[in-house]
Amino acid sequence: MSDILSTTKGAHLGYVRQTFLDPQPAPKSSSTAVAWIRDNLFSSVSNSILSVLALAFILYYLPGVIDWLFVSAQWTGMDRTACATAVQGGVRPDGWSGACWAYVGDRFQQFMIGSYPRPEAWRPYLVAALFVVLLVPMLMPSVPRKGLNAILLLVVLPIVAYVLLLGGVFGLSHVETALWGGLMVTLIISFVGIAVSLPVGVLLALGRRSNMPIVKTFCILFIEFIRGVPLITVLFMASVLLPLFMEPGDTIDKFLRALVGVSIFASAYMAEVIRGGLQAIPKGQYEGADSLGLNYFHKMSFVILPQAIKLVIPGIVNTFIGMFKDTSLVSIISMFDLLGVVKNSFSDAAWLTPVTPMTGLIFAGFVFWIFCFGMSRYSSFIERRLDKGHKR
Amino acid sequence: MASLDARDGDGRRASLLYDPTARSYVYQALTVLIVVWLIWQAWSNAAENLARANMTAGFGFLSGRAGFDLGQSLIAYSSDSTFARALVVGFLNTLLIGVLGIITATIVGLLIGIGRLSNNWLIARLCTVYVEVFRNIPPLLVIFFWYKGVLSILPDFRAIRAGVEKAKAADPTVGDPLFIISNRGISFPSPIFQPGFTAVWIALAAAVLGAVVFTLWANRQQAATGKRPPALLVSLGLIILLPLVVFLAAGRPLAFDYPVLGRFNLSGGGLISPEFLSLYLALSLYTASFIAEIVRAGIRGVPKGQFEACGALGVHPSRAMRLVILPQAMRIIIPPLTSQYLNLIKNSSLAVAAGYPDLVQVGNTILNQSGRSIEVIAIWMIVYVTISLVTSVFMNWFNAKMALRER
Repeated sequence: MSDILSTTKGAHLGYVRQTFLDPQPAPKSSSTAVAWIRDNLFSSVSNSILSVLALAFILYYLPGVIDWLFVSAQWTGMDRTACATAVQGGVRPDGWSGACWAYVGDRFQQFMIGSYPRPEAWRPYLVAALFVVLLVPMLMPSVPRKGLNAILLLVVLPIVAYVLLLGGVFGLSHVETALWGGLMVTLIISFVGIAVSLPVGVLLALGRRSNMPIVKTFCILFIEFIRGVPLITVLFMASVLLPLFMEPGDTIDKFLRALVGVSIFASAYMAEVIRGGLQAIPKGQYEGADSLGLNYFHKMSFVILPQAIKLVIPGIVNTFIGMFKDTSLVSIISMFDLLGVVKNSFSDAAWLTPVTPMTGLIFAGFVFWIFCFGMSRYSSFIERRLDKGHKR
Repeated sequence: MASLDARDGDGRRASLLYDPTARSYVYQALTVLIVVWLIWQAWSNAAENLARANMTAGFGFLSGRAGFDLGQSLIAYSSDSTFARALVVGFLNTLLIGVLGIITATIVGLLIGIGRLSNNWLIARLCTVYVEVFRNIPPLLVIFFWYKGVLSILPDFRAIRAGVEKAKAADPTVGDPLFIISNRGISFPSPIFQPGFTAVWIALAAAVLGAVVFTLWANRQQAATGKRPPALLVSLGLIILLPLVVFLAAGRPLAFDYPVLGRFNLSGGGLISPEFLSLYLALSLYTASFIAEIVRAGIRGVPKGQFEACGALGVHPSRAMRLVILPQAMRIIIPPLTSQYLNLIKNSSLAVAAGYPDLVQVGNTILNQSGRSIEVIAIWMIVYVTISLVTSVFMNWFNAKMALRER
């Protein structure tokens, strides 16, 4: 070998090696646990420092959190003595602190349906069961008969729910909306908000893109105005100004006012999401529909909107998630949604302990989290599913 | 528009019923009629309802005496001030929490967003958990959570007062502590600027101006020679030293208002209330989770080749991130970031739940006290729409500045 090197011209050049390098050792295994830790946690000095800091952070806080939430937590009990220390008039030893799940268990029905009369409690639970039975097949793409399902979910269910929850007919006793509360109110407001905001949002988005200057101006003003102000001011407007704008003597139910406020707010946001979808549809689709002689209504409902809405499903679900979280604001205009009921129960003398508020908030947070996280997971599932259609 | 001019086969005008132009006029006229009718209806009903309650609409009430105290104000305010002044205090408090929240949320969001893309498995997971937890919980709940959390961590005010009094009894020379952290808030000595302090402000302004000029010069120097003068060091030195020298030369024209432990309450000094703290923490950390996702999407939107090119040129990864990746990611980041900033400002209206006197909370107090619902809600709407418009205009300007300049 070396004689080959020496006989070539390159032998005189400084940048040509004269000897071969020593063979390198085989690379370390990259499939063992040690290798994984080395590659993912200690690949460099700064990475190692970060890993150690992160590990220290976790080891410092996590045991305490787990202990507070589960180990030291009080799971059973009838009243505040179960979760108060001896000094506070309870049975726990001094210095004790832990979650008071007994309180959540005791108030569970309150958190779900508020002050709905207990003998009538089967009514909201029946509505909830119907809702789940209709929603689950709606969400599963493989289940057939989506049209029928949608009609049952969006038309029949609201009517049944209205009759069942409010009562006053068919021998059902009348239950005032002032008694409604808890997760039930959160879900009803979200459902109505979603059901109203989709069609109104579509109308507003179409109006904003229409050729008619006056309609367009009204839509832009409405959308931008509502999007420019906080939900809480819209809710105040609905709860304080709506009665003022009614015929003297007419009254409007407080629950209905909140529904109006949330629906107006959600519609403006939905309109912008759908407008994004409308803008993304190629001009040729509009022109194609025109050249087939379709009128505006047919063009939109058969050609443009099905494509546009499909494009923005993730955005629509994000708006739903935002709205679900925003329903918690109705507790500020003294309505008792899940958060309102939980907060209200802090001043409940039967469970007045230092750990009650935190436990209640963690419970409410967990319920909200489950719903929102579920929706966002479902959204990304649908997104992936729809994506396949465009791959060639 | 020939296509809109409907004619039949013989070239005569078709019936007006099928003329799109005529139709659009009819639709628009109908829209105007409906909207005007709705507004008129609402207006006349409101007027009648107000007349029955013996009230008139108008903004004259704003010059009346407010009669309530506010927990925090950036300008002089007492219960003898006018309603208008109370609203200004609320407005300034909204701006304060908005600006501080935006700064904090941007920094935290940037760190978390970059952290989620880290090669370090542990850091990436921690950041993911942070984002997924905060993004899926209502901001109002986060505010309550921090309020309860902050209050439960802070020591009891009465216990602190008892401790200080004991120390005072033992040794009469002991004064009140400078900083008092209790469940009434964090109190600290607040500065009182005396007349001579104007010179220090002027010196500070001059130093900032000098630093800007020097940095510009340093940029040009770097472009010309490839060597960068120590711009950051010089700027910092200038901004710190010059005002300090002037301050000392002017005879230290600064006094402090120290917090005093009263019998029932704190007086004097500055106070960061627990309400402010919980609202500020909640809004910043909640919005940070959204900003983190925006930052992550922005960085992932920059082609991988840019990273690799930096590696090939031997640019250190942190420099590559700062000088090559982030400026390009900014173009993707800025538009959604704008709407997050606006969301934060709008969410600051949740102060009404925490008891922090922002515009909505002050307005709500006025509304309950004087029943001026139309006026108060109109003021809210106008102020928030204006803030939103100004923020959008500024961010659009910034966006245009950062946008790709194609030649």
